[in-house]
Amino acid sequence: MENQEQLDQFQAYVDQEMKVEAKDWMPEKYRNTLIRQIAQHAHSEVVGMLPEANWVTRAPSLKRKAILLAKIQDEGGHGLYLYSACETLGVDRDTLIDELHDGTAKYSSIFNYPTLNWADIGAVGWLVDGAAIVNQVSLQRTSYGPYSRAMIRICKEESFHQRQGYVIMMEMAKGTPAQKAMAQDALNRWWWPSLMMFGPSDKDSLHSQQNMAWKIKRHSNDELRQKFVDMTVPQTEYLGLTLPDPDLKWNAERGHYDFGEINWDEFWQVVRGNGKCNKERIAARQKAHDEGAWVREAALAYAAKKRNKKGAA
Amino acid sequence: MGDNALILGQRLGEWCGHGPVLEEDIALTNIALDLIGQARMVYQKVGALENGARTEDDVAFLRDANEFYNVLLVEMENGDFAHTIARQFYFSAFQVPFLERLAGSSDEFLRDFAFKSIKEARYHLKHATQWVLRLGDGTSESHDRMQLAINTLWEYTGELFMTDDVDLEMASLTGIHLEDIHQMWLTHVRQTLEEATLDMPDESTWMQSGGKQGVHTEHLGYILTDMQWLQRAYPGAEW
Amino acid sequence: MSDKKNWPLWEVFIRSKQGLHHKHVGSLHAPDAEMAIENARDVYTRRMEGVSIWVIESAHVHASSPDEKDCMYDPANDKIYRHPTFYDIPDEVGHM
Repeated sequence: MENQEQLDQFQAYVDQEMKVEAKDWMPEKYRNTLIRQIAQHAHSEVVGMLPEANWVTRAPSLKRKAILLAKIQDEGGHGLYLYSACETLGVDRDTLIDELHDGTAKYSSIFNYPTLNWADIGAVGWLVDGAAIVNQVSLQRTSYGPYSRAMIRICKEESFHQRQGYVIMMEMAKGTPAQKAMAQDALNRWWWPSLMMFGPSDKDSLHSQQNMAWKIKRHSNDELRQKFVDMTVPQTEYLGLTLPDPDLKWNAERGHYDFGEINWDEFWQVVRGNGKCNKERIAARQKAHDEGAWVREAALAYAAKKRNKKGAA
Repeated sequence: MGDNALILGQRLGEWCGHGPVLEEDIALTNIALDLIGQARMVYQKVGALENGARTEDDVAFLRDANEFYNVLLVEMENGDFAHTIARQFYFSAFQVPFLERLAGSSDEFLRDFAFKSIKEARYHLKHATQWVLRLGDGTSESHDRMQLAINTLWEYTGELFMTDDVDLEMASLTGIHLEDIHQMWLTHVRQTLEEATLDMPDESTWMQSGGKQGVHTEHLGYILTDMQWLQRAYPGAEW
Repeated sequence: MSDKKNWPLWEVFIRSKQGLHHKHVGSLHAPDAEMAIENARDVYTRRMEGVSIWVIESAHVHASSPDEKDCMYDPANDKIYRHPTFYDIPDEVGHM
């Protein structure tokens, strides 16, 4: 069992900015928090493929189609890196996937919003990936080694995701009036959900303090959210689009933008499964998994036969 | 060549996010990306031959179904994973020897195209062949599904080797004779199916055709509706 | 084999350039070595060329006591649209 001395030693260790590796001793709660958080992150990558995959067959040019496919493929890869990191903590991927399907595990609520026009693909890249990057850059310094390494790799790969999204927005904002209207419509729908991606406000955040002390989290939700707003406002101005927040204004005293209150009712409703696409997203994942069962079994059976043949020879 | 690659790539794109296992999702998307890359290379060349009259996107998005010349095989629905694999297996087993010959063509573009695409096609064929083996010689369910897919798509394989006027003209330029490629294709298919404990379909089956002349199945109209919608709905817009 | 229908886990090692060691880059699931290598190519070398890949079933890895240290490697070039510099972002927009 854990005693105070072990816990203190562990704390002293992470306080020196040393990384914790898979086989090192760690408090049970540290392990469980990490499993929950990394799995949630992995699920987000994989479920996040769906709203974008929704536009693969309809992408308006061959170049955009290729870029979108590559981006979604990256997300699959990122999901995989993260599942790998999670598996180092002693849970297998199948268990994690079961928890996603039965609703025990969460994923980022942003993916429960629908992608309705092509500019949504731009907005998702620019805002959703943009918000994710702010969070992930911070997580590169997380105290758990495998998670930190997965994050470093993911951050390197994701920079293109945000840029390709912004380029789509530029094309459309500077395109025909119809295109500009689509871009504004997408921005209107994705802005607030993007801010919600940083999670509940610090005063309502359940796990924050211990996670900060253990250096699982490096910055608080509100800090990261503010950073994202400050970055995004000038980017929006450049596009000639308007953020859907009448309270948004520069605060010279704080040196930051003030912004309006997030609709936390909506936030919690979507977390609880009442977003437009919650059921659809899980159903799609479940279906892919179920319909893939015979394929996975066949591959195992074949591998076993081959091993036996080798053994017999 | 371009239409075959594009339509098959478009079909494989439908798998994106829905693969039987994450690793395979990524693999199928890789193949889709290679094929779309091949189509772009061809369409850019088409544009260049017309002195820039059309862009690659004009070629892809502004032609109607009867102006597409892909073989019927590539427009077949994904079906279950076995159908997707069978379609890829049949097509790549054709594409590999075809591109190998094309690499010896006297035309510079065709040579370059073949050189770039052959590595991709070899990988696609390896991937599909391994899956035919795994599914054929896996469980009894996978065996039955794989056999059904192999049988169902068989009638669409003949068209790959039917020689039309364009093929004849190509033959004079490239020395490619589809009958030779057919023999190589048959050898690979036969060997693989045998190793996979699958039966070879009846070789005297009536073969469907028409794709190369622009006479398609009903599927292509829907593929194009999906693919071309934005370009058609907002003519002249840049994306 | 376990009764779960899980594909076994494999550890992936990649030589990113001739002259360098193979490095551990992560893991993945595959039914056999052949497919583990193919999947590793698709998953871990999406931005690289000319690499060598090793895969080892995780169950066969024996580790010394704690304190293992491995590091990440730099992805190299392949499809240029995966690289952020492929996208021209105006200076006014700031860092992205």
